[in-house]
Amino acid sequence: MSDRILGGLMVLLALFYVWAASRTEISFISDPVGPKTFPMIIGGLVAVSGLVILVRPDPEPQWPALGRLAEVGAAVVLLFVYATLLPELGFVISTAVAASFLSWRLGAKPIEAILAGSSISICIYVVFHLILGLSLARGPWGF
Amino acid sequence: MEVFGHLADGFSVAITLQNLGLALLGCFLGTMIGAMPGLGPANGVAILIPVAFTLGLPATPALILLTSVYYGAMYGGRISSILLNIPGDEPAMMTTLDGYPMARKGMAGEALAISAIASFVGSFFATWGLVFLAPQLVKVALLFGPAEYFALFTLAFATLGGLASRNQAKAALAAGLGLGIAMIGVDGQTGVPRLTFGEVHLYDGIDFLVAIVGLFALSEVFLFLERRNAGVETDASNKLNIGRVLPPMKMVGETTGAMTRGTIVGFIAGVLPGAGASLGSFMAYALEKKLKDKKGTFGKGDPRGVAAPEAGNNAAAGGALVPMLALGVPGSGTTAVLLAMLLALNVTPGPLLFTKYPDVVWGLIAALFMGNIMLLVMNLPMVGLFARVLLVPTRYLMPAVAMISIVGIYGISGSAFDLYVMIIFGIAGWALRKLDVPLVPIVLGVLLGNQMEVNLRREMTISDGNWWALVDSPLSITLWSIAIIGFVLPIIAGRYFRPKLADSAEMETSDRD
Repeated sequence: MSDRILGGLMVLLALFYVWAASRTEISFISDPVGPKTFPMIIGGLVAVSGLVILVRPDPEPQWPALGRLAEVGAAVVLLFVYATLLPELGFVISTAVAASFLSWRLGAKPIEAILAGSSISICIYVVFHLILGLSLARGPWGF
Repeated sequence: MEVFGHLADGFSVAITLQNLGLALLGCFLGTMIGAMPGLGPANGVAILIPVAFTLGLPATPALILLTSVYYGAMYGGRISSILLNIPGDEPAMMTTLDGYPMARKGMAGEALAISAIASFVGSFFATWGLVFLAPQLVKVALLFGPAEYFALFTLAFATLGGLASRNQAKAALAAGLGLGIAMIGVDGQTGVPRLTFGEVHLYDGIDFLVAIVGLFALSEVFLFLERRNAGVETDASNKLNIGRVLPPMKMVGETTGAMTRGTIVGFIAGVLPGAGASLGSFMAYALEKKLKDKKGTFGKGDPRGVAAPEAGNNAAAGGALVPMLALGVPGSGTTAVLLAMLLALNVTPGPLLFTKYPDVVWGLIAALFMGNIMLLVMNLPMVGLFARVLLVPTRYLMPAVAMISIVGIYGISGSAFDLYVMIIFGIAGWALRKLDVPLVPIVLGVLLGNQMEVNLRREMTISDGNWWALVDSPLSITLWSIAIIGFVLPIIAGRYFRPKLADSAEMETSDRD
């Protein structure tokens, strides 16, 4: 079933892709192929492979239980929030929080996780910013 | 001979304090990355690219650092294979078959030492193969016009899919997705924005580093979150009794044949597009077993069963560099990642690389020789230290991996938009892995898509829109035929061959290469 959904989604994606490619504006400079053709060929390739997957699916993969799926979802949300808050709060604080959360969800006890997350954040800051001179996000406190 | 002159020049480029230091650092990091279960050469190198890039290293030192990581990871994968029966990365899978039984017989030290020597032999001779074969391939490649290049790219996708996945439709889908992503952005030839939906961030296209780090590194973190496998670390500590780290000379003598055959088979597998190190080690082991398993000792701790696949996978790692450097077409996931780094540094691999940037190529090759010796020296006495890495629990390791990936990407652009895109790639990579859609063709598509289109359009401009021009030279007809055979053959033959390789491994967790 998963494969049928994947195949169907991919066919829809390909149709959308071809439609979007066909709406490319043509500029006055042009060549025999133009900017639309190759994307449309690719769209065709995706559509055909999607159809084949739809018609001849593989055996069902092992999806995790709902709880585990929620873990993955929570991590995705966390990372999105992290990416948004990074410029606001600065690197050290936001990374410490995000790393602690991930460590906790991977099975560390809460206090361990906070320690691990903070040390990961500080280690990265020291190695990449202080030693290697990479520019990391500066928050209101400058780190 | 000419190549020796080039090689001497290469050594003069490579032997600077900075380059030697980077090679040493790369070998050390690589061995650690290879040893960690779940982190293999492809995602290890993927995480480090943005880091090397943002540090502003020039092309040669950056390439030396990352190929040392690549070679090092090939060495490191065997450690957890032998001690814990868990391959550190996919190519090290075959090493578990005889390596772990050897460790259980109390011969862990011998197994580690023999595999280190076999790794050295494999990659040392493969690097020589690279020295001699790559310039020959360059001569052929200089005859290529745009039509031949277009056919060559198609060939790379066709054969890569055939070996990387059990389902050709999924391999084709992956290639299409990658190529489709590459099309996003302003069209280089006419200057019109394509598929950007008015989003200004997309005008430059999607950075392939963002795609690679998301697909390879972040998706790994999601896999671990989904599993939260705790079993590994609890019983690891008592298995780390290694014992002696120098093998008896008798054992080295016994395994010489296995190493030689493994090296040859592995190198050939590495050069072939799409095959890569996993197939190299698989074929080396299978051949050795067929030829030498007279007493049925294979699978029960036969040193030859450790030597053959280790020589095979390291030789394949070197062999895979041949098409990547000479043609600009990578033969495996990790070499695709290395290609990404070269492109990021504005160095386009291919035949012109050898004439335009000889110092990059030969400096790199010289660095590979030196890195190899460093790895052997490092791996014999220090194997105990690397084995300690296995004790780092994933609950501390994976958050660090996620955060370092983010630091690298953020360091390049400083934009939150790139981070969002990376997270989307991470979750998509996780889902596609679950569905057994191979990720390597996606990466290859993102990398090669624009060049493929440029070559197509160039040929069409030359031929004034005649599509038959794509197949009007003997060279391009040959390439198209190999591409078609390479795509169709696994559909027929794969039913017999592929299941064997697939069943003995947990394909989904390890990255392919």
